[in-house]
Amino acid sequence: MAGGQERILRGRIKSMQATKKITRAMELIAGSRIVKAQQRVQAAVPYSEQITEVVKDLAAAGGSSDSPLLLGRDEIRTTCYVVISADRGLCGGYNAGVQRAAEGEIKADTLGGKDYRIVTAGRKAEGYFKFRNYNVAASFGGFSDSPSYDNARDIAQAAVAMYESGEVDRIELVYTRFITPGSQEVVLRPLVPLTTEAIQGGDGKAGSTDGSGGDYEFEPDPSTILDTLIPRYVEARVYAALLNAAASEHAFRQRAMKSATDNAEELINNLSIVMNRARQDAITTEIMEIVGGAEALGSGKSSTAQYVDLLGESPVPAAQHGDN
Amino acid sequence: MSATMKVEVVSPEAVLYSGEATMVITRTLGGGEIAFQPGHAAFLGALTQSHTRVFLADGSTEDIAVHGGFVEVSSNKVSILSDTAEIASQIDVDRARAAKERAESQLRGEHDANAVAALGRANARLSAAGVQV
Repeated sequence: MAGGQERILRGRIKSMQATKKITRAMELIAGSRIVKAQQRVQAAVPYSEQITEVVKDLAAAGGSSDSPLLLGRDEIRTTCYVVISADRGLCGGYNAGVQRAAEGEIKADTLGGKDYRIVTAGRKAEGYFKFRNYNVAASFGGFSDSPSYDNARDIAQAAVAMYESGEVDRIELVYTRFITPGSQEVVLRPLVPLTTEAIQGGDGKAGSTDGSGGDYEFEPDPSTILDTLIPRYVEARVYAALLNAAASEHAFRQRAMKSATDNAEELINNLSIVMNRARQDAITTEIMEIVGGAEALGSGKSSTAQYVDLLGESPVPAAQHGDN
Repeated sequence: MSATMKVEVVSPEAVLYSGEATMVITRTLGGGEIAFQPGHAAFLGALTQSHTRVFLADGSTEDIAVHGGFVEVSSNKVSILSDTAEIASQIDVDRARAAKERAESQLRGEHDANAVAALGRANARLSAAGVQV
């Protein structure tokens, strides 16, 4: 019996070691991807910085536009939430954090008598909101590790189409902002309509130096430029959010897998101690049995007669008694 | 003519080119080709597909296929922002040629805005790659 327990423990330790190998590998992969994702975030900064600059210059030069994306609506009845999550789990509280933030906003809207739509990026959020019967208008997925600009364009176009058709009156981005590999935060950012604060609230460092402004030549006229520029600007914002989310996902996954590896190590240690004790117990028991047996055999030759004598004439009646 | 200006070609995914140049030629939306030299007045324009040429200070040129975007000129700096732009060396000539043929055969049948855009892109790519169109 004692040997059986040892075998069970050995099996558990083995499976724990296999799990540890997997989590360790995932940790290392995520760790190497953070660096790449971080570089992509950095690479996107010049574009979003300059496009912000151009929008500001146009606005400063009085380039007015009738684009609904810029004007906003007087009454906000429906809000579209673009929720950016991961495609896969095993990344700690990453998906839960974004989903909770979006769900909180939606509940507040519903309480205030307002409507909402959800656009999801990443399969996890899609599953979460669809399962709970939320109003998911569109979902995108399959690129959360390393989003491309085309993915951002698809999402932006879907959301902007809903805005332009009047289905929604405002678009908000919910994603995880990457600050450092050690800290990320879930943020809610207005995307459309583009208010001045929205323009300055981008992830790229907002250009502080206000060039000369004013005396620009335009070709074609400012309104046309603005009309073509604004959709690009929205795409750039979504792209920056996707890249931030991807970097955050890798950071969360690395952290989750590191603690999983640590836990596995601790469990292996504890189980090894229990197993060694069980083995020692088994050995001790075995020795005791051998010693006991040897003693019984050794003393048996001289005391058999006495033993039989004590029971009476023969040991047979005693056996019968036991059967009853 | 030793004056130079700073030129930057930026796409969302990377800074494609950044350096000093003596002249930049690109094409604006509906306005034809336009060249910028050092000291150009502040300018803002929307771009169409084009073979954009950056003339460097050492006399060589950098060829870039720009597929739409914006150009901003201010304080002796030219910034070209494009959601898709490729440096000549990164262009897959065979693919561009195939795309051009596909677009042309489609246009022979009927007029299609997508095909026109595809043809423009293919032409810009081939021209930037230095292939006779």
